[in-house]
Amino acid sequence: MLENLDATLLARVQFAFTVSFHIIFPAFSIGLASYLAVLQGLWLWTKQEVYLELFDFWKTIFALAFGMGVVSGIVMSYQFGTNWSVFSDKAGPIIGPLMGYEVLSAFFLEAGFLGVMLFGRNRVGPGLHFFATLMVAFGTLMSATWILAVNSWMQTPAGFAMNDAGQFVPEDWWAIIFNPSFPYRLVHMVLAAYLTTALVVGAVGAYHLLRRTSPLRAGTMFSMAMWMLTIVAPMQILAGDMHGLNTLEHQPVKVMAMEGHYESHPDGAPLILFGLPNPEEKRVDYAVEIPKLSSLILKHDLNAPLDGLDTVPEELHPPVPIVFWSFRIMIAIGFAMFGLGLWSLYCRWRGSLYDSDWLHRSAIVMGPAGFVAVLAGWVTTEVGRQPFTVYGHLLTADSVSPIAAPAVATSLIAFIIVYFLIFGAGTFYILRLMSRLPRDPMGDLDEGPIRTAGITPAPQAAKHEEVRHGA
Amino acid sequence: MELDLAFIWAAIIAFAVLAYVILDGFDLGVGILFPFFPEKHEKDVMMNSVAPVWDGNETWLVLGGGGLLAVFPLAYATILPALYAPIIAMLLGLIFRGVAFEYRWRTKRAEPLWNWGFTGGSVVAAFAQGVALGALVQGIPVENRAYTGGWWDWLTPFSVATGLAVLIGYALLGATWLIMKTSGELAERARRYAYVAGVATLVAMGVVSLWTPFLEPLYLQRWFSWPTAAFSLIVPALVAACFLVLAHGLRTHHDSRPFIASLGLFVLGYAGIGISFYPYIVPTSVTIWDAAAPDESLAFLLVGALVLVPLILAYTAYAYWVFRGKVNPEEGYH
Ligand code: HDD
Ligand code: HEM
Ligand code: HEM
Repeated sequence: MLENLDATLLARVQFAFTVSFHIIFPAFSIGLASYLAVLQGLWLWTKQEVYLELFDFWKTIFALAFGMGVVSGIVMSYQFGTNWSVFSDKAGPIIGPLMGYEVLSAFFLEAGFLGVMLFGRNRVGPGLHFFATLMVAFGTLMSATWILAVNSWMQTPAGFAMNDAGQFVPEDWWAIIFNPSFPYRLVHMVLAAYLTTALVVGAVGAYHLLRRTSPLRAGTMFSMAMWMLTIVAPMQILAGDMHGLNTLEHQPVKVMAMEGHYESHPDGAPLILFGLPNPEEKRVDYAVEIPKLSSLILKHDLNAPLDGLDTVPEELHPPVPIVFWSFRIMIAIGFAMFGLGLWSLYCRWRGSLYDSDWLHRSAIVMGPAGFVAVLAGWVTTEVGRQPFTVYGHLLTADSVSPIAAPAVATSLIAFIIVYFLIFGAGTFYILRLMSRLPRDPMGDLDEGPIRTAGITPAPQAAKHEEVRHGA
Repeated sequence: MELDLAFIWAAIIAFAVLAYVILDGFDLGVGILFPFFPEKHEKDVMMNSVAPVWDGNETWLVLGGGGLLAVFPLAYATILPALYAPIIAMLLGLIFRGVAFEYRWRTKRAEPLWNWGFTGGSVVAAFAQGVALGALVQGIPVENRAYTGGWWDWLTPFSVATGLAVLIGYALLGATWLIMKTSGELAERARRYAYVAGVATLVAMGVVSLWTPFLEPLYLQRWFSWPTAAFSLIVPALVAACFLVLAHGLRTHHDSRPFIASLGLFVLGYAGIGISFYPYIVPTSVTIWDAAAPDESLAFLLVGALVLVPLILAYTAYAYWVFRGKVNPEEGYH
């Protein structure tokens, strides 16, 4: 039994490790694919060269990130069988067809048109090339839709019955796909991907604005990214709030862990801002709390009663400290993004968007924040679902393959070494590509880098055109 | 009459796996042959000949695995634990070669490293696939919906032989692909390797075919009792025909015929294995009907497959058509 438990733990670590690496790439490639489509669309529409140059710049980075997403994703689709065979046998009739649709409607689409998008512009012409880019972007969104339907069904299962072999059997596909948490999770995740990408693009733009070698290109991408951030960050906070309310309805125990509510509060629960959850003593030490605010947020009523973990048998508690902290990290980053968006809006209004060094430095610091928030969000979601794989119906301990711990341990070590090596190198190459934005054409002319206060890309773009046509 | 959904799905999955084997087969083969082409310039062209299509090729593997989970969950849940080590090795191999397509162009200093990553990953993936095939053919014990064998059962002389056979076969596919897609010295060299790989493939197929019937009474009966014994005559005859086309195409410097003949060899070998163990999906423990998911699952995904698979084949064909003809050494977006 003990030996079995070890294998379970190792399999969980392995899943968490490989999926955490995987999600980093989709979070970036979903947003970047859409960004590339927008850039290309703008180029076709306005004929301004800067959009095409940015397209080519980000395309190469996309190719690298996408490749890493593919190889880490293939690992995921086999891991269900190698490490979670009992889960696969039981839940396969439901999640399998959804993932099957993901392959058929998303992965093939992405892969089929990726080659044309990367290599084919001269062969198919700009119109079809744009179409290929759109198909790749559409494919990434389809992929997110299906896999989130799968994940959401595991969180809030619906539309199924059990058969004699102990398998989940589908009864109502509509209810399975549009299970209670799916719409919220889909919106939240897609916005997360767009925010993640906006922060990366913004950081690269800001870095090159600080270097002052290509103000037109850097300024254009920085401005686009900051618009995205300003608009989407508040949407994400709203979506997250609704997502949380939905979770309260369907997975109340997870919310108790997120909030750190070990005790029930019959007349208004406090919002614990910070503190150290203490699972042994079942309390939050050194809590900094605002009375009644949690009830206000979750129930829209200061005095509404909220149950705590004391109403739940202990063996069904998720690991509270992890969920508590990861949730706070995500929220904090969400508000930081909102703040950066507001700041950029203010600078834009003041006319200093392109030469506010502190804004640019902050944008660089926030560059990787989207990835951290995405990981923190997934950890909240997944760890908060424990101890179940299919919430309320199938325990994690009953899902694992009958494999021996040494086999899992060996493969885990292999994955760790290979992933750090491979994805470390990939990250290095991506960063190096990001640092090599070609100079703006007129930057090479006599006057050197142009940068006067208040200059926006618009006059520069005009100048840029002149240079090209004059040449 | 009820539709036999399990049978239809068995056919679709078999098609997906075959599509994977022949498509990814040639691009893995290009990776296997990489070290035999010393010039950097040749390596560039070789890689560019498969770069626009490898991702699509590999997606058939995801369909094979994902499809198995969807429609034969019991098979997925017993085969993968039984083949744990080869599967993990294959995944790691695919990681190395997959990223090499991009990384190799991003560095001068570490380029040799990623050349080796490309080759090593391709070799490991190909060999592991062959081993997995052999381990499947030799049988996987299942009780109470779980794999009951040991952790090293997959490793036998037979599975090593099938591993080598697949490795050699992929090299043949790679070499003939290069003949079709490249020109000059590179194509000449590929032609020489294709001779060697062709003969070696024939030998490997012979060894595995003669060995297989003696693994399982069922296989023996399939191949040597009427009416299925008819295949024992037809399949080898067709193999011989393909081999003749291959040899003739190589000698007469035909560009595409050797590749098509090699594809033929793979299809025949694949059919031979299928004939051996149908209707088992986990030989000889679980049939396709035992493993099938409920009809609701099979029907739901079938609707999508009937619409989307033809569409996929259409745009995949389009992508190949866009990049038709010989690779232009000056092209490539890097
Ligand atoms: C919200 C989005 C999202 C999430 C939660 C996941 N993925 Fe993913 N996945 C994508 C979004 C995505 C993508 C954007 O569509 C990728 C990234 C790069 C790519 O090729 O497609 C991808 C690639 C990708 C591939 C390679 C496809 C190919 O060959 O082109 C596989 C097999 C998986 N994923 C499987 C999984 C599994 C089993 C997951 C669950 C644990 C998972 N993904 C989580
Ligand atoms: C992609 C982003 C995801 C991340 C970062 C993530 C993270 C995690 C983490 C941290 C765990 C370990 C939880 C624990 O053991 O305490 C876990 C487990 C698991 N997750 Fe996810 N998850 C992600 C997506 C998914 C999706 C999309 C699915 C379903 C298709 C899924 C299915 C599972 C399963 C089956 C386990 C193993 C059983 C378990 O421990 O719950 N995860 N994941
Ligand atoms: C500050 C406002 C935010 C709030 C109130 C919020 C709320 C939530 C809640 C309640 C969950 C867990 C839902 C569940 O498991 O049932 C969640 C999950 C998640 N969050 Fe957030 N979030 C916020 C900001 C962000 C940001 C800025 C990002 C990333 C850029 C992000 C990414 C994620 C991800 C990837 C998940 C897991 C997938 C999912 O359940 O959708 N969140 N969020």
